Amino acid sequence: MKLSSKDLLGIKELEKDEITLILDTASGFKDVLKRDIKKVPALRGKTAVNLFFEPSTRTRTSFELAEKRLSLDVLNLAATTSSVAKGESLIDTSLNVQALGADFMVVRHSSSGAPHLLSRNVTASIINAGDGINEHPTQALLDAFTIQERMGTIEGLKIAIVGDIVHSRVAKSNIYLLKKFGAEVRLIGPPTLVPEEILSLGVKRYHDMELGLDTVDVVMMLRIQKERQTGGYFPSTLEYFRFWGLTSERFASAKKNAIVMHPGPMNRGIEIASEIADGSQSVILDQVTNGIAVRMAVMFLLAGIRE
Amino acid sequence: MSKELLNKQDIDRILARIAHEILEKNKGTGNLCLVGIQRGGVHLAGRLSKKIKEIEGNDIPVGSLDIAFYRDDLNIRTEQPAVRKTSVPCRIDDQKVVLVDDVLFTGRSIRAALDALMDIGRPANIQLAVLIDRGHRELPIKPDFVGKNIPTSMGEVVRVVLEEEGAKDTVTIE
Amino acid sequence: MLNILIKNGHIVDPSEGLDGTGHIIIENGKIKEIALDSGGKKEKSRPIKTTPSGRKALRVFEAHGLFVIPGLIDMHTHLREPGYEYKETIKTGTMAAVSGGFTNICAMPNTNPVNDNSSVTDFIIRKAIQEGACTVYPVGSITKNQNGEELAEMGIMFSEGCIAFSDDGKPVMNSLIMRRALEYSKTYDVPIISHCEDSNLTEGGVMNEGLLSFTMGMGGIPSEAEETMVARDIALAGLTKGKLHIAHVSTAGSVRLIRQAKESGIPVTAETCPHYFTITEEAVQTYNTNAKVNPPLRARKDLEALQEGLKDGTIDVIATDHAPHHRDEKRMEFDRAPSGISGLDTALSLSLKLVQEGTITFSQLIEKMAQNPARILGLKKGKLKVGHTADVVILDVHKEYTIRSEQFLSKGRNTPFDGWNVKGKPVATISKGKLYEW
Repeated sequence: MKLSSKDLLGIKELEKDEITLILDTASGFKDVLKRDIKKVPALRGKTAVNLFFEPSTRTRTSFELAEKRLSLDVLNLAATTSSVAKGESLIDTSLNVQALGADFMVVRHSSSGAPHLLSRNVTASIINAGDGINEHPTQALLDAFTIQERMGTIEGLKIAIVGDIVHSRVAKSNIYLLKKFGAEVRLIGPPTLVPEEILSLGVKRYHDMELGLDTVDVVMMLRIQKERQTGGYFPSTLEYFRFWGLTSERFASAKKNAIVMHPGPMNRGIEIASEIADGSQSVILDQVTNGIAVRMAVMFLLAGIRE
Repeated sequence: MSKELLNKQDIDRILARIAHEILEKNKGTGNLCLVGIQRGGVHLAGRLSKKIKEIEGNDIPVGSLDIAFYRDDLNIRTEQPAVRKTSVPCRIDDQKVVLVDDVLFTGRSIRAALDALMDIGRPANIQLAVLIDRGHRELPIKPDFVGKNIPTSMGEVVRVVLEEEGAKDTVTIE
Repeated sequence: MLNILIKNGHIVDPSEGLDGTGHIIIENGKIKEIALDSGGKKEKSRPIKTTPSGRKALRVFEAHGLFVIPGLIDMHTHLREPGYEYKETIKTGTMAAVSGGFTNICAMPNTNPVNDNSSVTDFIIRKAIQEGACTVYPVGSITKNQNGEELAEMGIMFSEGCIAFSDDGKPVMNSLIMRRALEYSKTYDVPIISHCEDSNLTEGGVMNEGLLSFTMGMGGIPSEAEETMVARDIALAGLTKGKLHIAHVSTAGSVRLIRQAKESGIPVTAETCPHYFTITEEAVQTYNTNAKVNPPLRARKDLEALQEGLKDGTIDVIATDHAPHHRDEKRMEFDRAPSGISGLDTALSLSLKLVQEGTITFSQLIEKMAQNPARILGLKKGKLKVGHTADVVILDVHKEYTIRSEQFLSKGRNTPFDGWNVKGKPVATISKGKLYEW
């Protein structure tokens, strides 16, 4: 069993058994992360370049740590300091990075489809670290890993995703993955952020938090971007929290052993109350740890794919 | 064309002998642990521990070791090896670790296993027990306990099948 | 200029009632004689002289098995000159036009500088006479610098040769300005060509809004962004009785609104483009920037409604919206790449598919690509008529070929139809009496 593509562009492009392979491999890496020596020589001599055209701290550091623990040589290129600021095209930048000897390019970009453009133009493995409002596949993989770790399985679970679905690449990757694994996916938020056409993906839509959270196993909260307020998606963060914020009272509608997830960074008091974020059912920090193992697994498996 | 080299009974006798040899060399079970290399070695390590218990009456820790992340052929394979569980239930620092594998061939798996073990801890010493030694070493590695030496040509395939995998115990060459 | 005799071709021009085998004689750049062998309308019936009255040499074009039709008129072309000569020039754009069967094209004003004053108009006309393979009619902008704020000098531009006005590429968002434009243009009886799009509703959008835009993570442009403006402009045309022409109709709702408007006697005409009735939003699925166009490619139901609108006459015109771009501009992130499809080279072949599929008749095709544009623009063009400028296309409707963008005569190779197998291609075009053969 191996992955079918040299690139990880999105969950959309993966088969279910490919996802299972990544998650199984990740559990091997999770064991490694529990050791004193958290590093393996698996990809020694290869080079990873983290091409971040959009600011990111947590995803970049997670990838960087994953790369270092695979013994990759790592180079970080931030768009603000690179030639992109001088007007170089994305393809030219990536060809230059490839000429430096990159085997992996981890790409974060504000344009949806930017990794797809690169995958057609370079031979290095492209890993999508978030493109526009399209996908964030490694986040969905680490979320799936975390759910499996806590709940044993994904199939048959009721999973609510709450917030700005339409602009969330995290939500989209998660929807595709969870549907492939047979979960019941519920999307909760105001109609401006949860558009009707989503229903044809086979998900359920709720505008009422209590109804949506009723007997769910997992609650995934999304970060609310404050600029959506000026875009007219909702009148104020105060009003948003009033109706769609995750509070203890609302969380009581979920199953007793339900878990709470958040891709971070959190806006406490806007989408999630502190007592929930810090509570015993929160797996938010497990997500962070698992992110490294999952990203190691992705890179390890992609290294076995040659054109 | 495949030929049976060992049957169930042969394997059982060999493991009994190796269990005695391990105990003899280590003067009992003190600070001893067995670590099998995924996958065949894990089953053999389990059987050896049972034999040792029958002989000495006490349990020794048995672990499993996956060497996928330590292989030296990751760059030339077209498919990554499946990653299996590594679980070593005791600290191996200052322990006498007997590494168990089914077939010893080029020695590259053992090299990887040694590196993997070293990343887990710092054993007092590492010994190597194998069911079959088929020769053709590419690295300076020598087993401490050998079930059976079998001369082979490079192209031949030695297959060890064990009951734990769902079939009858047998060792064949083809 | 050679005189030309086109022999044994199947001459078709519904506006002149021509449909039969015959010959056409072209002399000094004008149509001298049209004669059918039997039936049909005969302009003159005398035996063909191998050396017609002129003393010049005669080129005889054997057109047996080929159709002979009027030169096509494209109401919607972006020639990019002045200002964006790296995308296209008047020379390359008109060559692409002629190779695609167009002998008259209307140059949209979004050049740099914008064609919002008579000096730019004059430049385009003169350059086209010097270098152009076909006739170029400039379209002036409605407002100064296409800002949608202040009317441009339509009268002066009209007297210099602009035949219509449009802020194409940008909508006129201010309804009062649009009302004034429709009123003021009545002085010259020229159409206002409206790019219908509510720019508030399109904000952030780069493709059709729907499930696909959601799953591709792209900002969507709802059909309603076009339809609300079509409705507004129809209302204003009703109010002002000004000549309104709706550019590049892309949605089923727009077709419905235009049909209703026509039924109630409002002076509105409309065009659509081959890409809107040939492909859908699915063409952008691989983030293919060559299928990025504005308005965006829509859904199957829209494509079907446009075909129906062409069939029942709601849509008067097939225009190209030829929008050439440089390769480097399209080799970009989808949301950063410019919109537009290079269309002159492929429009006729793609439109012929509608005839092959039985959606419209061959006569309707000629009406929508020659006769109707001439009528809307008030041009004595688009006909095979004695005394008219010799604009003639000799068409092989059976010729099968594969579209290869690298063979385009346009500088713009940005087409989603690269590699398509199509049937029907001009084998020769006579533009202003000059013969171009392929």
